[in-house]
Order: sequence, then C-alpha cells, then structure tokens
Amino acid sequence: MLPELLSVMSWEEFISFFQYPFVWRAVVVGTLIALVAALLGVTLVLKRFSFIGDGLSHVAFGAMAVAAVAGLTNQMIVILPVTILAAVLLLRSGRKAKVNGDAQLAIISVSALAIGYLIYNLSGSSNVSGDVCTTLFGSTSILELTPFDLWMSVGLSAAVIVVFALLYHKIFAVTFDETFYKASGVRTELYDLIIAVVIAVIIVLAMDLVGSLLISALVIFPALSGMRLFRSFKRVTLFSAALSVVCAVSGLLLSIWLSTPVGSTIVAVDLAVFLVCCAVGTAAKRA
Amino acid sequence: MDNLQEDVLLSCRELTLGYENHAVAQNISFDVVRGDYLCIVGENGSGKSTLVKTLLGLQPLLGGTISRSPALKRSPIGYLPQQTPVQRDFPATVEEIVLSGFLAKAGLRPFYTKKERALAAEKMERLGVTPFRKRCYRELSGGQQQRVLLARALCATDTMLLLDEPVAGLDPKVTQEMYELIEGLNQEDGITILMVSHDIAAVLGYATHILHVMHGSCFFGTTEEYQTSEAGKLFAGGGIHAA
Repeated sequence: MLPELLSVMSWEEFISFFQYPFVWRAVVVGTLIALVAALLGVTLVLKRFSFIGDGLSHVAFGAMAVAAVAGLTNQMIVILPVTILAAVLLLRSGRKAKVNGDAQLAIISVSALAIGYLIYNLSGSSNVSGDVCTTLFGSTSILELTPFDLWMSVGLSAAVIVVFALLYHKIFAVTFDETFYKASGVRTELYDLIIAVVIAVIIVLAMDLVGSLLISALVIFPALSGMRLFRSFKRVTLFSAALSVVCAVSGLLLSIWLSTPVGSTIVAVDLAVFLVCCAVGTAAKRA
Repeated sequence: MDNLQEDVLLSCRELTLGYENHAVAQNISFDVVRGDYLCIVGENGSGKSTLVKTLLGLQPLLGGTISRSPALKRSPIGYLPQQTPVQRDFPATVEEIVLSGFLAKAGLRPFYTKKERALAAEKMERLGVTPFRKRCYRELSGGQQQRVLLARALCATDTMLLLDEPVAGLDPKVTQEMYELIEGLNQEDGITILMVSHDIAAVLGYATHILHVMHGSCFFGTTEEYQTSEAGKLFAGGGIHAA
C-alpha cells in the first residue's frame, strides 16, 4: 500500500473513468489547447515576450471575476475581448513607452489580479477561495467542460492553427528581424498585431486547462525544450507542438490517476521534460 | 517627382532628418546612379543611422524630398542590418533565413514557390554559403552570418543594397574578404551599393562616391573630390578616425 499522501486509484478504477464523456472532452480540449499554446512559444521567447503571456493571463483573471460577479453564464464574451484589447494595448505601448515596458506590464498584471480578487470578495459569493483557486490554478475546470465549452475550444483552436499555418513565414520573419522585412515592404505591424490577438486567444483558451497563473509554462516550456534539441525554426515549432500535446495529455491522465490538480501536474510534466531536453542538448553538444 | 534622369536610382534633396521634430541632420543632398558604390561616413551621432532608417522608410522624413526611380520601387532596397540580440539564439537554418528574403514579394501567399527556392539556392551559391545551408544560423561565425544576411538581402532586391556597418566585429582577414565580396557584387553583378562605415581607409579604396554627414551640412562627391575637400582632409587625412 502506498502511503495516504497520494490517493492512487486501481487500474480498473482508472479505466472506468473513460466511460464518462467529460473525461474525453478534457482529453480532446487538453490536446488542442496544448497544441496551440506551443505554436507561438518560440516567438514569445525570442521576442522577449514571455511575460506578456503572464500579464495577459492576469488580465483574463480580472475579466473572469467581472463576468462571474455579473452572473454571466457565458463568461467568454467578456474575457476574450478584454484580453485581446489588453494584448493590443501592451504591444502598442511597448514601442513608444514612457514607462518602461516591463514596469508597465507589471502594473497591468498586478492591478488586474488585485482588482479581480477584490471583485470576487465583494460579490459575497459563498466560496470565494474555491472560485479564485480554480481560476488561478485551473484545478478541475478542465474536467467540468460542457459541450458548449468543447465546441468553443475546438473552434478557437482551429482558428489559431489556420492563422498560424497561413502566416508561418511572416511569424518567422517578424520574430527573426523585424527591421529588414519592414524595409523590404512587409507589413510587420499588422503581423505583430495578429500575433498579439492570437496570443490573447491562446491565453483565454489555456485558462481552462492550467489556470491563469500557470499559462506561461504551457506557452514557453515546449518552445524552450525544442530549442535545446533542434536548429531549424520548422523543427523547433513542430517538435514543441508535439511535445506540448504529449506533456498535457500525460499530465492530465496522471492527475486523474493520482488525484492531483490538473494544471500543476501538467506544468510539472512540462518542467521535467524540459530538464531532460536540457540534459540531452548539453550531452549532444559535448559528443 | 519621377522626372529623374536616366540611371539615377535615388535622388535626395535638402533632407532634414530626425525624431519627432528634433532635427539630427540637415541639408543633406545626394544622388545615387545605377552601379555606384556610395559610402556614408560621419562621426557618431551625426545622423548616419537616422539617414539609413529614413531611406528605408522606417522613419518619417522631416523635410526635403526623396525621389526613387521606378526600378527602385519595383525592387526595394535590400538591407543588411546590424545584428540584433534576438538573432544570437534564434533557431533557424541558413536556408530558412535566405528564403525569407522573398517574403515581401510573396505578399499574402503562405508558401514560397519553386522558382523562389531555386533563386535562393543561386544566391547562397553566389555568396558561398551553400555548404552550410542546413546549419543553424547561430552556430556560424560572424563573417558567415553576414554572408547569409547578404544572400537574404539579394533575394529581396536585385538593384540596390544598403549595408549598415557590414564589417563591425569581424577580424581583419574576414573584413578584407567581406569588402572583396561587396566589391564583386558591385562590379560583377551590377548591384548599386550604399554602405555606412567607420572604416574610412577601406572606404576610400572601394567607393566611387562619398557622402560625409556632418551637423548642419554634408559633403557629397566622388572619392577623388572628397580626398581634396576640407571634410576629407580633416576626417580621412588626419587619421583621427581612421580605423
């Protein structure tokens, strides 16, 4: 018998979970979210935008608090536009900021977090800490998806994948060397804007899977792992997308098996795989 | 504004350059004729990089006129920028980078055509980077990286290259090779060269024309004229800034 620290279920029990549609919904949505989250990872990491993802997720948390208190059943209609707007504003102001870009991001991010929490408390909900914990760490929301949530996620993920495929070369360009392409007549501002919107969509999607505090991990870990092992943009992108899916699905299944929180289990798997990739990358360099 | 004389690619008159109404340089006038090798020199802060950005259309012009010939409108200036920190850990192969020079020509098309791939292979061959086409850009030496970026610039243009300090950070031998390569592109491939440089000694050896940007004025003329001018004597003759 294992100690009571982890309540491990038997194999039969674990298998029996798959007769419930909510488990399948979680696997499908988890796969899609992991896939799209990893696609823009390289761009975010290399443009030094890693923390924009983090800041945006806090904005999404604030928006979710407002939506929850307003009693909306479909919170997406508030969260998505607010997050997209924040993404566009952050990107714009990053160019000609009077306040340093980092500081500005910190202001927006902590303010959204604080005000979100404040609103939750003022709402007089009976389970404030439960609600907040769910939103921040995702705890079980991925296992509570309705069919509507499922289709919403499928639709948004498909949109992100299509946009990414169509703009793949443009995204490569604005990440590598914006000045050169702008000088040769590429509309880099437009593509930056599209990237910001796509990032916002990814953040909102990923909130369901890992919660708003852990989203950055989902976006940057697979890209960093890929960059340790591969040398072409194409391979890094494909590898990180595949790796992200593998980590998310195995994290999800592990969390069901071990009864651990979904989001943090996935991030722990991502971290472990990243460390393995670092080791392999270093070993390959020496060899 | 298009009534340029034949063979004049670019004509700049009385330019005022700067940021947000703060003028950095004034009264800059020069012409670039097809086949020219123009070097842009000047002290730090004299407005060289502002001029580069303005010519590339990355920054608005505060005053004066820039006229571009139809040839230059069809095929924009190919730019060799100074390296950015992002590029130092960017995972991309040489081939991916060179091919991306066609991005502007591709417009909304989400892929590169066979013809573009063939042309990119040709440019890689021309610049001698074919042996490392599958290698990662960040693992190449400084000189090799510059060749890759030159190949990319040649995919974007077949008319005019603008090189911003192309030999910065290169060792003397590689610097020499780089200058010979650029001269080859000018002489053999007929590409008009605009080059910003600190390296005045080398510049005089290759350039046909010199633009010396100074506060409030500028010198523009052939290399011979420059060597006998006040600005030239001071800048090149004194050896103060000669690298």
